[in-house]
Amino acid sequence: MSDAQTASSPAVSDAVIDVRDVHYAVDGRPIFSGLDIQARRGLITAVMGPSGTGKTTLLRLITGQIYADRGLVSVFGRDVGALGGTELYAMRQRMGMLFQNGALLTDIDVFENVAFPVREHTDLPEPLIRKLVLTKLEAVGLRGAAHLMPGELSGGMARRVALARAIVMDPEVLIYDEPFVGLDPISLGVILRLVKQMNDVLQITSVVVSHDVQEISSIADYSYLLSEGRVVAAGTPAELARSDSATVRQFMTGAADGPVRFHYPAVDYAAELLETSR
Amino acid sequence: MSAASKAGVMELVRKTGLTGLFFLRLLRACIPALARPRLIIAQIYNAGARSLIIIMLSGLFTGMVLGLQGYDLLNRFGATEALGTAAALALLKELGPVLTALLFAGRAGTALTSEIGLMRATDQLTAMEVMAVDPMRYVAAPRFLGGLIAVPLLTAVFNVIGLYGAQLIGVQLMGVDHGIFWAQTQSALALKDVTEGIVKSVVFGAVVSLIAVNEGYHAEPTAEGVGLATTRTVVASSVMTLLLDYVLTAAFM
Repeated sequence: MSDAQTASSPAVSDAVIDVRDVHYAVDGRPIFSGLDIQARRGLITAVMGPSGTGKTTLLRLITGQIYADRGLVSVFGRDVGALGGTELYAMRQRMGMLFQNGALLTDIDVFENVAFPVREHTDLPEPLIRKLVLTKLEAVGLRGAAHLMPGELSGGMARRVALARAIVMDPEVLIYDEPFVGLDPISLGVILRLVKQMNDVLQITSVVVSHDVQEISSIADYSYLLSEGRVVAAGTPAELARSDSATVRQFMTGAADGPVRFHYPAVDYAAELLETSR
Repeated sequence: MSAASKAGVMELVRKTGLTGLFFLRLLRACIPALARPRLIIAQIYNAGARSLIIIMLSGLFTGMVLGLQGYDLLNRFGATEALGTAAALALLKELGPVLTALLFAGRAGTALTSEIGLMRATDQLTAMEVMAVDPMRYVAAPRFLGGLIAVPLLTAVFNVIGLYGAQLIGVQLMGVDHGIFWAQTQSALALKDVTEGIVKSVVFGAVVSLIAVNEGYHAEPTAEGVGLATTRTVVASSVMTLLLDYVLTAAFM
C-alpha cells in the first residue's frame, strides 16, 4: 500500500472532494507535487502526516482560499479553481470547518457565535434561531455555556462550540483541522466521539487532518499519509498499521529515525563544534 | 538615485497602490454594510463614544492655552476684544479637526488596527470567509464607517469645549468683556469657516479610519506583526492628517 498510484485507486464516483495531481508551491518552494486525495460521501477520511507537510494548506485548497498551481481540486463535482465569488460562497455554505484553535469571534458570546452563520445567511425568525442554536449546543454538551464569552472557555470547550457553529447550517461536508491538538484526555475523548457521531448520525462527509495517529485511526474509514508533498500511503487504518513501508512504520510508531529525519540539514556536528572563528 | 532609495520609492508606490485598491474594495463593501446599521452603531460607540473623555479634556486644555496665548498676543496690539474671534477661527479651521484626528488615531485607530490584526492572527477572519461571510463587509466596512461618522462628531465636541476653555481664561481670568467676546465671535465667523472645518474633519476621519482598518487587515498574524501595524497606523495617520491639512487649507484659501 506504499504506492501512491494504487493508493488513490478507490477514487470512485461518490467522491465529494476530489484532489487530483495537485501541485502547489510557495515562493518557489514546493508544498505539493502531484497530490491525489479523495473523500467519499458519508465516510471519515483522515489525512495524516508529519508537521510541515502542508496539511493545513490542503484544507485551504479545498475551501478555495488558495488555488492549485496545477491539477484539479473539485468539491461537490465542481472545480474549485473555476468558481466565481458568489459560487464559491455558495459552495462554502454547504461545508463546515473546525479550526485548530476554534476561531470563535471574541466579541460575541457562545450563543451568538453559533447563531452567526444562521443570522448571516437566513432570515429565520428569532425563536427558531434560538431553538436551532440550543439544539446544536446541546449536541456538544454546552447548552449551559450559551451565555459565556469565548475568553471564558477552556480549549476543549472552545473547540466544541466551534463544532456546534460548524454544524449549525447542516453542512454536507465537515472539515477538521487538527481537532485533537492540545486537549486533555477527557476533552480529546469527547471530541473524538463527537466527530464519529456527527458522521454516523448526520451522514456528514468528514475530512480530518491530524497527526494524532492512534486517535484518528480509531474512527477513520480511510487514511492518507502525506510526506514531502505527496501521498506515500493510503488505505484503511488496519491496512496502514500492517504496512511494511519504512515511512509508514516510522510515522505510526513515532520513531525519531527513519526516512523522515529528526535533524534539520546541517554541516558536520564535530566540525561545527570545533570551529573557533564564529 | 541609489538602489536603496529607488527600492524605497518603489515600495512606497506599491503600498500606496495597494491601499488605494483596498479603499475601493472597502467602499464596495460599505454599500451592503449600510443594511446592518447595528454593526455601524456599535463601532461609532466603540471608536467615538469611548474617545469622548480624551477629546473633551484635550479640547478644554487646548482652548485654555488658546485663551492665554491669544490674550498675550492681542494685548500687545491692544486688541484683546478679538480674542473670541481668534480662538473660534483657530479651533474651527485648524486645531479642532487636526487635533481630534491625531487623538482619534492614537486612541481609536490603534485599537482598530490591533483588534482586526488579532482577529486575523486567531483565524477569525479566515473562519468568516469559510462560513461564506465576507469579512470586508462584516468587519472592515462597519469599522471604517464608524470612524468616518465619529470623527466629525468628536471634532464638534472638541470645538465647543475648546471655545468654552478660551472663554474661561480670556473672560473669567483675564477680564475680557463677556459681551464683546461673544458678539465679536458671532459677527466675524462666516459659514465658509465652519464648512472648512467640517470638510477637514470628514476627510481626516476617512483617512485615519482607512489607514487603521487597512493596517489591521494586512497585519502579519504574529504578536510582532500586530505591534508593528499599530505603530504604522499612528505614524501614517499623523503624517497624512498634517499633509492633507495643508492641502485642504490651501484649497479653501
